Amino acid sequence: MMEPTVPEHEYLRAHKKFPSVWCAGCGIGIVLGAIIRAVRALGLSKDEVAMVSGIGCTGRMPVYVDFNTMHTTHGRALPFATGLKLARPDMKVMVVMGDGDALAIGGNHFIHAARRNIELTAIVVNNSIYGMTGGQLSPTTPLGAKATTAPYGQIEQAFDIAKIAEAAGASFVARSTTYHAIELDRLIARGIDKKGFSVIEVLSNCPLFYGGLNEMGDAVEMLKWFRDNTTAAPGKVASGKIVRGVLVDRDLTGYVESYRKLIAASKKRGGA
Amino acid sequence: MTPSSSGQSGAIPVDYVRFCAPILLLWFPNGAESTDPKREKGNEILSEMGNSATAARRPKKARLMQGNLAIAEGALAAGLGFFASYPITPANEIANFLSRALPKRGAIFIQMEDEIASLAAVIGASVGGLKAATATSGPGFSLMQENIGYAAAAEIPCVIIDVQRAGPSTGRPGSPAQGDVMQARWGTHGDHPIIVLCPGSVQEAYELTIHAFNLSEQYRTPVILLSDEVLARMWESVELPLAQVEVLGRLHPEVPPEWYFPYDDALGDVPPLVSFGQGYRYHVTGLFHDKSGFPTERLDEIDTWQQRLFGKIEGKVEQIARIEEEEMEDAEIAIIAYGSTARSARHAMKLAREENRAVGLLRLVTLWPFHDKAIERVASSVKRIIVAEMNRGQILLEVERVAKGRANVVGVNRADGAMVTPAQIMAALEVER
Repeated sequence: MMEPTVPEHEYLRAHKKFPSVWCAGCGIGIVLGAIIRAVRALGLSKDEVAMVSGIGCTGRMPVYVDFNTMHTTHGRALPFATGLKLARPDMKVMVVMGDGDALAIGGNHFIHAARRNIELTAIVVNNSIYGMTGGQLSPTTPLGAKATTAPYGQIEQAFDIAKIAEAAGASFVARSTTYHAIELDRLIARGIDKKGFSVIEVLSNCPLFYGGLNEMGDAVEMLKWFRDNTTAAPGKVASGKIVRGVLVDRDLTGYVESYRKLIAASKKRGGA
Repeated sequence: MTPSSSGQSGAIPVDYVRFCAPILLLWFPNGAESTDPKREKGNEILSEMGNSATAARRPKKARLMQGNLAIAEGALAAGLGFFASYPITPANEIANFLSRALPKRGAIFIQMEDEIASLAAVIGASVGGLKAATATSGPGFSLMQENIGYAAAAEIPCVIIDVQRAGPSTGRPGSPAQGDVMQARWGTHGDHPIIVLCPGSVQEAYELTIHAFNLSEQYRTPVILLSDEVLARMWESVELPLAQVEVLGRLHPEVPPEWYFPYDDALGDVPPLVSFGQGYRYHVTGLFHDKSGFPTERLDEIDTWQQRLFGKIEGKVEQIARIEEEEMEDAEIAIIAYGSTARSARHAMKLAREENRAVGLLRLVTLWPFHDKAIERVASSVKRIIVAEMNRGQILLEVERVAKGRANVVGVNRADGAMVTPAQIMAALEVER
């Protein structure tokens, strides 16, 4: 079951860009490692991969990888990536976002990218908080949890990213955590390979803000929390544990595929 | 494309084939039985080019065309490969037309969930190598502002068409205005260079749309085409195809990937932009960046970047900015106007000339960068300048800034959603201040 992870330096931009901007104990580096291993496993060349991000801690991820990379405006990574994918349908375009980026300011784009079922791989690093701005509440901050802008506890319900993606029409939806790095590799690889819109939610650790404000301990304690409070066996839902693994995998027509048919159909019609 | 439709589209696919078709061929990687599908499809598109080239040799033919459609046709002529927008009055005909026309060319039309997403998709498609544009009106233009700044900072070519309507807020959606002049210049946060064009007729809407794409490629910048509701819905005779349609494509760098830096001033004021997926892997960001595109906090790198960013446009005002003078040789009073207001101004000028009054017209075709020198010349040669515009004096302030009291500057303004009338301008001829 357990395989050692191998550093994949050739996918990193060695010059100038390290050390990373992320705090000690941050989970985003684990997600970055999983993405690189997934790309390696699929045998993709660096030229055919694009990584697009928005704003926030996760938004800084593309600068480190030697792909075609784009760091866009807050919440808008998915529409930027939509344009890129339609211009370059031959490329694998992945979009990395935090929970605030993907579901607060970018929530509408998230829903519509899923509805359109466009061939993008959305990786949402969900640490339940805004890290870069100092620990404000996010749309995935659980009820009762504390944030710098929820000092008395969050009184709003949290979004369930996977359920939104499923209801809006994504082909593939999966969830894992930064504790389950190898599992994450495989889920990301399946997402990249899937036709249509794929979403991989990664529960991640922000020990500095979320962990600190909610007395969850350091990064190791948070990883242990992921280990103890999630399950890959759907039967355990009743136990209150968060389900990991593939949650949705269905064969739907993707946008690029549909547009290809639309082009063919339009050429048969007269007029301008 | 069928031969019957090629006449209607004029010279359009020629440039489309040259600049966007090679990238759009990616849409049919397995499309044909041929062993080399790209070649197969390329030939098919070339045969379309043959048809339209024949059309281009035909004598000019006048077509009755609406302003919005002229913009759409101009965009096709410029090689539009990607269009994304969100419905809004009075810009809708542009998207309606392109949703039909683009798929026929193997190009992309997509209706996005809002105007923010529309411009985001446009920028993404441009990074992917397609000539890309969006069209909107005031409220949507407001939503686009953040991404306009992104395109300016990251130097991604794109064209934004703003069909101005009366505002602020929802305003009068079906009525004209020129209230977005300053928003087009300064709407995004932070100092940035921008090019803004303003057509005054349906024919010019066609030509300036092509020019907008050319400028965006030439200077690697967003270019805004400021139309207005009157021009958008007005039908006029347009001569198509044009004898000479110059269309600029994207430059390819002469250096190999390892020597390529997308923001390197060693490659010129406007370094070539390579599309994603061509082996030149680099980073694009809205953060201040160094020559490679990576974020930087180093003031020396920021200074180098800013000097080039502003210099490439502000240092070339004479080459970029177009103005048009009518009856200015002996003019003692100059009317400065732009867009559909210039039509009222021209009428007022003619009425004044009939009364043997020395009135001329200076029409601004390019609003930004502002042509200071042209205005200086006018301010030195006339006694009075009347600035007519459908807002409360946005260009008036610029003219006053440049005139520095050398001429008496008077504004003729309204922002109620109605056109400035020739009578209003005539009345200003009498005003002494």
